[in-house]
Amino acid sequence: MSPEKPEQIKKSGIAIFWDEFSRSNLTVIILAILTGIILGGVLVAATTTEVYAAFKVSLWGGLKLAFTTAWNTYVALFTGSVGNPEKIRLAFESGDPLMIRRAINPFFESLVQTTPYIFAGLAVALGFRVGLFNIGAEGQIFIGAITGVWAGYAIHGLPPIIHIPVALLFGALGGAIWGFVPGFLKAKTGAHEVITTIMMNYIAFRLSDWLLKGPMGDPTEYTPKTPWILESAQLPKLFDLPIRFHIGFFVALLMAVLVYLLLFKTTWGLELRMVGSNPNAARYAGIKITMSTVIAMVLSGALAGLAGANEVLGVNHRLIPAFSSGYGFDSIALALLGKSHPFGVILSALLFGFLRNGARSMQLTVGVPIDIVSILQAMILAFIAAPAIIRTIYRLREPKHAEDIVSLQSWKG
Amino acid sequence: MVPVLELRGITKRFPGVLANDHINLTVEKGEIHALLGENGAGKTTLMNILYGLYHPDEGEIYVNGNKMAVRSPIDAIKAGVGMVHQHFMLVPVFTVTENVMLGEEFVKFGGILDRTRAAEKVMQISDTYNLDIDPNTYIKDMPVGLQQRVEIIKLLFREANILIMDEPTAVLTPQEVQELFKIMRTLIDQGKSIIFITHKLVEVMECADRITVIRGGKVVGSTTPKEATLNELATMMVGRDVKLNVEKTKKKPGDVVLEVDNLKVLDPRGAIAVDGISFNVREGEVLGVAGVQGNGQTELVRSLSGLLPSIDGEVRLLGHDITHSSPRQIIEHGSAHIPEDRQRDGLVLSFPVSDNLVLNTYYLQPFSRSIWLSQQEILKNGEGLVKNFDIRTPSVFTPASSLSGGNQQKVIVAREFSRPIKLLIASQPTRGLDVGSIEYIHKRMLQKRDEGCAVLLVSTELDEVMQLSDRIAVLYRGKLMDIVDAKSATKEMLGLLMAGIIPGEDVKSAQVPQKNKILIT
Repeated sequence: MSPEKPEQIKKSGIAIFWDEFSRSNLTVIILAILTGIILGGVLVAATTTEVYAAFKVSLWGGLKLAFTTAWNTYVALFTGSVGNPEKIRLAFESGDPLMIRRAINPFFESLVQTTPYIFAGLAVALGFRVGLFNIGAEGQIFIGAITGVWAGYAIHGLPPIIHIPVALLFGALGGAIWGFVPGFLKAKTGAHEVITTIMMNYIAFRLSDWLLKGPMGDPTEYTPKTPWILESAQLPKLFDLPIRFHIGFFVALLMAVLVYLLLFKTTWGLELRMVGSNPNAARYAGIKITMSTVIAMVLSGALAGLAGANEVLGVNHRLIPAFSSGYGFDSIALALLGKSHPFGVILSALLFGFLRNGARSMQLTVGVPIDIVSILQAMILAFIAAPAIIRTIYRLREPKHAEDIVSLQSWKG
Repeated sequence: MVPVLELRGITKRFPGVLANDHINLTVEKGEIHALLGENGAGKTTLMNILYGLYHPDEGEIYVNGNKMAVRSPIDAIKAGVGMVHQHFMLVPVFTVTENVMLGEEFVKFGGILDRTRAAEKVMQISDTYNLDIDPNTYIKDMPVGLQQRVEIIKLLFREANILIMDEPTAVLTPQEVQELFKIMRTLIDQGKSIIFITHKLVEVMECADRITVIRGGKVVGSTTPKEATLNELATMMVGRDVKLNVEKTKKKPGDVVLEVDNLKVLDPRGAIAVDGISFNVREGEVLGVAGVQGNGQTELVRSLSGLLPSIDGEVRLLGHDITHSSPRQIIEHGSAHIPEDRQRDGLVLSFPVSDNLVLNTYYLQPFSRSIWLSQQEILKNGEGLVKNFDIRTPSVFTPASSLSGGNQQKVIVAREFSRPIKLLIASQPTRGLDVGSIEYIHKRMLQKRDEGCAVLLVSTELDEVMQLSDRIAVLYRGKLMDIVDAKSATKEMLGLLMAGIIPGEDVKSAQVPQKNKILIT
């Protein structure tokens, strides 16, 4: 390296703050979400025919209507996912418990939507940390749901305190088996996990179809469904209806803490992360890469399996076809958004859960299609995946890390 | 006469560093101008600016007295500037002609490649400059020395008048270096100009007409081989007095530590890379393994560290058979490794320095208690080693990627030397490092030897091998040509061995393919 010290320039406090702020990754994430929301608003306005009509009358009127359309959409999204503040105030004034529960229900319903996202997001994030692309979370969710629901209705005579953990464990086990297969194939034959997990997804989907129609189907029903799980296997609800919020959310939080401890506080975690960050150095340091690959896929599958079990034990209480509706695929994006950190996953799962829940009421109240939320998610993710766009739009500095890379690569004198 | 090339006040800043600081450089027609400087002094940056890969923040470039704006390599080529990169840019499965005309294809009938005409031109260039190249040979069948000539032909094909050669001797045997210097002379005689980038003092003294020394991004002086001495150049290059020779105490080797018996290893493509070699290393001795890059060194080291299985033979470490042991078992027997590619094999760049310092001991006391990592102990260990081994880092939390090459290497050395070891396998331990770090790492390695450690030093830098070793083994195409005593070894003798020739034997009887002979005569 050059003996020259970088030129020292005295900076004011604000300049230093701006420096740090604009280099931080968090800033990029926040701005990405913000930009996505703004562009989403533009899109909503652009797809509303009334806005065009208003533009024909006057430019000002058109802009105004475009803005109100976008605004109303986001208001609907907010009330749908968090609740209507006015309604909540009135409900608490009236003191009627049912009214209160109805008013605060959107918020808790969002948390219900968030829960499987946390499990599945953790599953994918754990894989990322070990350098594995687990595209199979969706299939693992299905298998976890199947084994979980089976333990829920087929095992009799257990008290809830045992039945619930057993059923969850069955879910985790099912997912773990589904994760083990690609992990084992990769370790033994080098088959790429992206391909094998996708294939395992299809096997899981069709397997669940067959099970629901045949061996696990409820003979009293006309459509393919499993029997209801026993009451002793249901995840306890914390409030009366209509709030569906159950303790699964806390189990998910607990899992995030466990994953965090595993990855960052134990020797196994260090090994797993070493394999993920630099497999060559890990091999040199005496770590068995194949072992780490299998373990990581098993753990990842188990977490995804928990997402499935959580849904059947906490929300649906039985298994119906196509119950997951893409939690596993969303969670790939979600893990990226959370920078593959367990706590980042919680935050992005909350974002996804709230968006997903709010989208429904958005469709009901202002008639904006639910797909707009998918577009919103896609845009946010695109901006996060390509931070250069955000950095250019907002003229942010390069992150310190990238700076190091520049000086490393360009300094082979 | 107008100089053929003039750089005025070239300045280039990278975030945090001033890579080039108002550099002036004048190259006259028909001279070999050596650009001498340590790794990281800014030589390559300067040449990348001239070649249009980087844009200078300040400064001007004049070619034949005309100001030039070099925005891309295309501009540079148009101006008659060509570059032979340290790593060749050739397609192995193409012939010489195909490689040469890549990007400047000769065509006939409006779209069909005219190989014949191109080959004729290649032949003509080869004859003019005595390059002795067959236009129809495939690159993959050529030795490195000839591949380098193809790179030169590529430039001449595009009518380059100023040739930049970036560390061209790094991949050559001493004899091939002599050949290269002859070619460079021929080029000069025909009116070309050469900028010769290097950090090797002896070569500069031998072949340059003028020398410009760069240090820390600045020109520190300009001289000629007649006026300067080796020591003066070294001092200019490093900025302080340097010991060009390592002081080594005499030591009697002890018991055998590493025994290798008839080892055979395949490379990942299935070709024999290490072909039945046997040697041993004793306590308190350095066995140097010399050889041109790619003659089995990498596979030998990877096999000894348990990363590449051997197909035949036996390896014993302190009496234990480790032929089929896992990397961890070998490490636990007291073997330490400095891998040849430190960023690939030696470090996890995204991890903090402290974690990198326990990369192979994290699971042992006191760094772990049952399954839990003791962050406290890891940090304490890190702080201690950073101080002890003079690792320049803002803190132990800094990711290894932020450290300079020399300090990254010190992290590896610190990690490996801080545990009880009986054998040190050092592969290219000083590649790409500055003189200060090289001195330091050599000193530490010899210190280990004096403590009774057995050292296997694998290096393509012949000077390094000759300075540090007690005995020198020479690898050629996976075979051990000979093991000689370092005191009696000469550069010429080792050079012949590195080219596959046993000195004193008739050249014709040696196992040398036809192609290589021209390099030797």
